[in-house]
Amino acid sequence: MSIILDDVTYAYAGTSKPVLRGVSLNIEPGKVLGVVGANGAGKSTLCLCAVGIAPVAIGGKMSGQVTVDGTTTAGAAIHELAQRVGVLFQESQTQLVSGAPSVWEEIAFGPRNLSLPHDEVVTRTWAAIDALSLVDIVERDPHRLSGGQAQLVALAAVLALGPRYLVLDEPTSQLDPLGTKLVGRTLARAARETGVGVLIVEHKTDLLAQHCDEVAVISAGTIVAHGPAMEVLGSESLPDWGVAPPAAVSLRRAAGAAGLDWGEAWT
Amino acid sequence: MIAFAVRGWTAPLVVLVVMLALVVWAGVFRRYLPYLAATALLLVSIMLVNTFLYPDATDVLFSVGPFNATGTGLTAASQAALRVLAFATSVALFALTTRTDELVDDLERRGLGRRASFIIQTAIGTVPRLTERAREITESQRSRGLNTEGGLLARVRGLVPLAGPLVLSSLTEVEQRTMALEARAFTAPGKRTVLRAYPDSGAQRALRWLLFLGTIGLVAAELAGLLAWLP
Repeated sequence: MSIILDDVTYAYAGTSKPVLRGVSLNIEPGKVLGVVGANGAGKSTLCLCAVGIAPVAIGGKMSGQVTVDGTTTAGAAIHELAQRVGVLFQESQTQLVSGAPSVWEEIAFGPRNLSLPHDEVVTRTWAAIDALSLVDIVERDPHRLSGGQAQLVALAAVLALGPRYLVLDEPTSQLDPLGTKLVGRTLARAARETGVGVLIVEHKTDLLAQHCDEVAVISAGTIVAHGPAMEVLGSESLPDWGVAPPAAVSLRRAAGAAGLDWGEAWT
Repeated sequence: MIAFAVRGWTAPLVVLVVMLALVVWAGVFRRYLPYLAATALLLVSIMLVNTFLYPDATDVLFSVGPFNATGTGLTAASQAALRVLAFATSVALFALTTRTDELVDDLERRGLGRRASFIIQTAIGTVPRLTERAREITESQRSRGLNTEGGLLARVRGLVPLAGPLVLSSLTEVEQRTMALEARAFTAPGKRTVLRAYPDSGAQRALRWLLFLGTIGLVAAELAGLLAWLP
């Protein structure tokens, strides 16, 4: 049981050049998989393929296969996949789509669509609000939030769907360090305590180093490195792929260059 | 409906008085004034066109150049303006006292489909969102040296570079929002969970039926000529 991308190659509709080439990844329950790469490397496209939106909803040409718990996404309805795979897009403000007048109702929008019993909708909504410390803004208009708040609300809306997997495209891009830590902790807890499988695309390698079990590096649509987080994020080749190493790695290297002994560990 | 269906002065006048009383009672009179101002242009045009151009009217009151104001035209103009005013006031009262989300919630509870309710809610929310986006684009262009203020010509020129980004960004957003809706199970089958039920007392239900049947009755009476005695 997992999301498996098996040799996936994908080109957007109207283009012939693939954005992803032969990508194979496995998002397992209870594990956090980080994906890192330079701008335009194919990270967001990878997210769209992993949740079935590409090519099912937006078209394009895909070869290879994506399966969610054994079901191929190619033939599945997106609303069915949405119950199993929650996705957070890069533009969080456009993800607040319900037209609801308050943050609370925005978060409840997904569970309501699933026709869950009233009490279940309320329970899930409050659980997501508590998880991301949004209690102070539950009555605010979702379209009058700061970028960071909107990002947290969008993530809460995904969590409220209660998916078995989370696919998150730069979920902390607009967050301050505190917000980033909160998201990291929430995702790690979701994986550890409820067995959610997480795919997180991020530029913040410090966050990945802290919370990911595995990290994959994508460059020009291809996975160029994949393995345990500490191993991949400690790679000397990271800058060559347009990725900044975690601060601890940079510090260790700087210390090494200055002749100081930093030891083996870097996190 | 009553204001338009029943001929003469009485029906539109009664409707207008009742609506104005409700506007005052609901405490929204100050917020009602902009609605009134928005109707003013239409009311003036109705008055001018009917008073001066009423077909076949010969009872001239006074003349302005080649145009003759007639008594028949003035009466018809006043009645038409009264009807429009009564209608506009009832629409304003509805808009000022009913929250869209509560209306949509209740309609959904009564069986309105999720798509229809979403369209209503989104359509109402689109105008402020587009206004906000237009402001952002204008500010962005102004910061890059585009003159969007000053005389009429400068303002018109400023609209051209605004239109492109506004339309394009809105279209791009449609795709992103469609994906987001899909991802939040909007297309799932079944009836959406209704979050809250609004109080609907027996008296409220009785009043609604009374208004509905009363309207039908008045229209029927008008059609049967039973209200001809009304001024």
